[in-house]
Amino acid sequence: MDYFLTEEQKMVRELARRIAEEKVAPVAAELDEKEEFPWEIMKELAQADLFAVFLPEEYGGLGGKTFELCLVTEELSRICSGVAVSYAASALGSFPILLFGNETQRKEFLPKIASGEKLAAFGLTEANAGSDAAGIETTAVRKGDKYVINGTKQWITNGGEAEIYTVIAMTDKKRGNRGASAIIVEKGTPGFDFGKKEKKMGIRASATRELVFQDCEVPAENLLGKEGMGFIIAMRTFDASRPGIGAQAVGIAQGALDAAVDYARERVQFGQKISSFQAIQHMLADMATHVEAARALVYATARMIDSGAKDAAKESAMSKLFASDMCMRVTVDAVQIFGGYGYMKDYPVEKMMRDAKITQIYEGTNQIQRNIIALHLIKEAASKK
Amino acid sequence: MGIKVITEKCTGCELCIKSCPYGAIEVVEKIAVIGDNCNLCGACVEACPKGAILITREKSQRKIPEGYSGVWVFAEQWDGEVAPVVYELLGEGKKLADKLGAELSAVLLGETIEQSAHELISHGADTVYLVEGPALKDFNDDPYTQVLAELILEYKPEIVLCGATSVGRSFMPKVATRLKTGLTADCTGLEIEEKRKLLLQTRPAFGGNIMATIICPENRPQMATVRHKVMAQAKRDETHRGKIIRKNFDGKLTSRTKILKEVQEREETANLAEADIIVSGGRGLGEAKKFGLIREFARELGAAVGASRATVDAGWIPYSHQVGQTGKTVKPKIYIACGISGAIQHLIGMQSSDIIVAINKDPDAPIFKVATYGIVGDLFEVIPEFISRIQKGHL
Amino acid sequence: MNIIVCIKQVPETAEIRIDEKTNTLVREGVPAIINPFDTYALEEGIRIREKCGGGVTVLTMGPPQAEQALREAIAMGVDSGVLLSDKAFAGSDTLATSYALSRAIRQMGRFDLVICGKQAIDGDTAQVGPGIAEMLGIPFIAYVRKIEEIREGYIRAERLMETGYQIIEMSLPSLITVVKEINEPRLPSLRGMLKAKKTNISVWDVEKLGGDTGRFGLDGSPTQVIRIFTPEPRKGGEILQGAVEEQVAALIERLKETKLV
Repeated sequence: MDYFLTEEQKMVRELARRIAEEKVAPVAAELDEKEEFPWEIMKELAQADLFAVFLPEEYGGLGGKTFELCLVTEELSRICSGVAVSYAASALGSFPILLFGNETQRKEFLPKIASGEKLAAFGLTEANAGSDAAGIETTAVRKGDKYVINGTKQWITNGGEAEIYTVIAMTDKKRGNRGASAIIVEKGTPGFDFGKKEKKMGIRASATRELVFQDCEVPAENLLGKEGMGFIIAMRTFDASRPGIGAQAVGIAQGALDAAVDYARERVQFGQKISSFQAIQHMLADMATHVEAARALVYATARMIDSGAKDAAKESAMSKLFASDMCMRVTVDAVQIFGGYGYMKDYPVEKMMRDAKITQIYEGTNQIQRNIIALHLIKEAASKK
Repeated sequence: MGIKVITEKCTGCELCIKSCPYGAIEVVEKIAVIGDNCNLCGACVEACPKGAILITREKSQRKIPEGYSGVWVFAEQWDGEVAPVVYELLGEGKKLADKLGAELSAVLLGETIEQSAHELISHGADTVYLVEGPALKDFNDDPYTQVLAELILEYKPEIVLCGATSVGRSFMPKVATRLKTGLTADCTGLEIEEKRKLLLQTRPAFGGNIMATIICPENRPQMATVRHKVMAQAKRDETHRGKIIRKNFDGKLTSRTKILKEVQEREETANLAEADIIVSGGRGLGEAKKFGLIREFARELGAAVGASRATVDAGWIPYSHQVGQTGKTVKPKIYIACGISGAIQHLIGMQSSDIIVAINKDPDAPIFKVATYGIVGDLFEVIPEFISRIQKGHL
Repeated sequence: MNIIVCIKQVPETAEIRIDEKTNTLVREGVPAIINPFDTYALEEGIRIREKCGGGVTVLTMGPPQAEQALREAIAMGVDSGVLLSDKAFAGSDTLATSYALSRAIRQMGRFDLVICGKQAIDGDTAQVGPGIAEMLGIPFIAYVRKIEEIREGYIRAERLMETGYQIIEMSLPSLITVVKEINEPRLPSLRGMLKAKKTNISVWDVEKLGGDTGRFGLDGSPTQVIRIFTPEPRKGGEILQGAVEEQVAALIERLKETKLV
């Protein structure tokens, strides 16, 4: 389908595709097997200016926004979504600074993210606070011109590899949601350490670690916005990044669909290519239709956000929900078309099926997404009266 | 000068379009039209069944230079030892010289290498031009270019042949450029055209997908570098007599490049280009250490070890082992491809081997399309079985 | 350091197929690319500039469409491009090509190093690099796999040979041809692609080059292609059947019969 990309957007897509096919594809299976962080590829992406596409020009970016982020994430995900999420997590980590940072903070951190010199990450989740942000137990206590942070963040993508972290911590526990604040913490700050690397079902090239804070002192000027804005900052950040998860899901599914079509045209059973069987044809047709529908929704949402829409929470949730559920179904079907071969590591579809699952879970489970959508529906209806 | 379509003869059959390697032809209203991409290569002229395409040159004012006669072979040597390709060139050169009723000569440059000159005579050279001196001990572009160019100007051979080795392909273009004559690279076939007594030089192009026959009608000498292992070696005949003409370049040679050091660098003992048997490993090996099986197999057969590009790119084995378009072109008697699917770039480098054996678990692998003998199976079963039979003396 | 990289736009031979019915080349739909060996030359030129400063100019001869190859080189990081394009250049063999490129290089003023790929994948001649060096009267090293040192007026490099390598030094200005071992060419960057879109490519015709008009194109080419044909494709042979032991035994029998082992 023609999405009427601009010349620049076509360039972004073409370059991301080349890197995915030429640099990522040869090592994707090995990165997955060895659970190795793809530093070489991160350097390639940086050298190609792809970390600059989602940031404004005044901060060293190329002036693109969420849509460009989606294009790159999708292309990388077609080949390896572990690589894609390592890339996209740096964008996620940059959003709180871009959206809520003051000029000093933006000038200090964003150019380093845009050049790819440093990776970023976002730290919200804890053992007892995932979708329920109010359960956060990490604290940041103001002491003179410093905040002292204590607590542990869990399952942080790019944890240990990134240099720039935005961490949500409680500055006033009594106020619940309204007592959370967002603070920038740099790797190497005394009292800031990392837990062991998690072993995962999928996206195994990406690094997932705990962030451990023990009397970690950071300058008070690292506070983003004002005290108490942490929850808002987290929600706005996710609103901007969720289409990225949608794009990741679309990319994985497209990769699985492409592999399934190729395989169906090669594999012979009962003396015929299996692509001549209607059972296979219908599966492929459904997969292709669902991928395209999800892509259309993701792109439309990204464009809505980029055009400055005030509240895209509902659409953002819809695109993440729809694309990730679609991705799970399509990858399962791709494995089915491959039959026994699809279950083996010799072919890429089993990895895609493992990689797909996380898209239904992270950045708000799909159950939470439905809550968000429903809440907005009801609010909208109520406000009409 | 130019290319022209004779519209009355053109039927719009489009065969020329298919033949054009540059995509320069289209058919408009049933007539072929040749566009700017045309490189005047002549493929369409050959392809046109109606003779409707013509390449015309301005009537040449040049006369064929006179007084050129004889076939020369440049005798590349390393540490005083003549490179094997030279004997192949003497064998082929003899045939050309006989057809022309001319002499066969060799040019030998080195430090103290007279012994090798006799060897060249035993292999058919009627004359050996011998130039000795410390500046010529090892190959060096400048003095080699200077000596060969001056000898050619003095003695005027009609044809000069050289092996298409690193040496030949490095300095022969400089010699030809200095003499403002034509040079055809990497020939696989040489013949003499009956009518004009021209050298017909045939060579592969487009990665071996097409062959081109090239002539050098108005300039002399006609020069070619020739691929190793394509022509038959001259038979050694100690009774053959020839003369040695010594030339002295002492004090006349200069060089702007200085060779500081030479390093031999080969993992296995057998040189790929020289080997009679090559065992090559591909991606089907799965990982670097499995190349050990290929090495063991090669050792048992007394073969050299080759590799596909994929394995070299993956760092499993050094580049010097790579066979194919971006690696070496080989022509062993037996080429055994193990776990190599047979991408066109690989086939280009080995498909002129006498016998090709393919071992691959994918029956649809393209390698089987060129294999003399194919075994569809797991190389980790087939090769150990083969090795054990060799060890039992079955081969 | 002023560097000139010579490149060629070629059809991607990996994509070329032979029509099995007519035994002719199928050229339709084959993309035009920068000759792969030339991408190593471009990368090396950019690396030298990154280390020593200066500029890299990319030079090619070809039809107007070859401009695309120059833009791709600029997207990789080359500073500027020159295209030699004129009907008078058509039909150039390696001698006439070397002549045209060397005339163009003379027009460019002071330079330190010319870099070419080892050979082009369409012609595979490897003759234009040394030809240019000879016409410019500058020293030359073929098959460079590593530059050990380069500074004002001096270069030391490793030349790849069949059985190893040689370490060679020479003065600048000079010319080298490079092999794939020398580096890993970078992909373009987005900023490079944006720049490539905007950059003006100089197009030079035969008049601009001056020199002896009889030495360009078909007239300046001593060699002529008189015939192009497709080699008989090698035919597949026998697939050996049976269990592994039987297959291997059959193969050994066949190999023995050939008396090659």
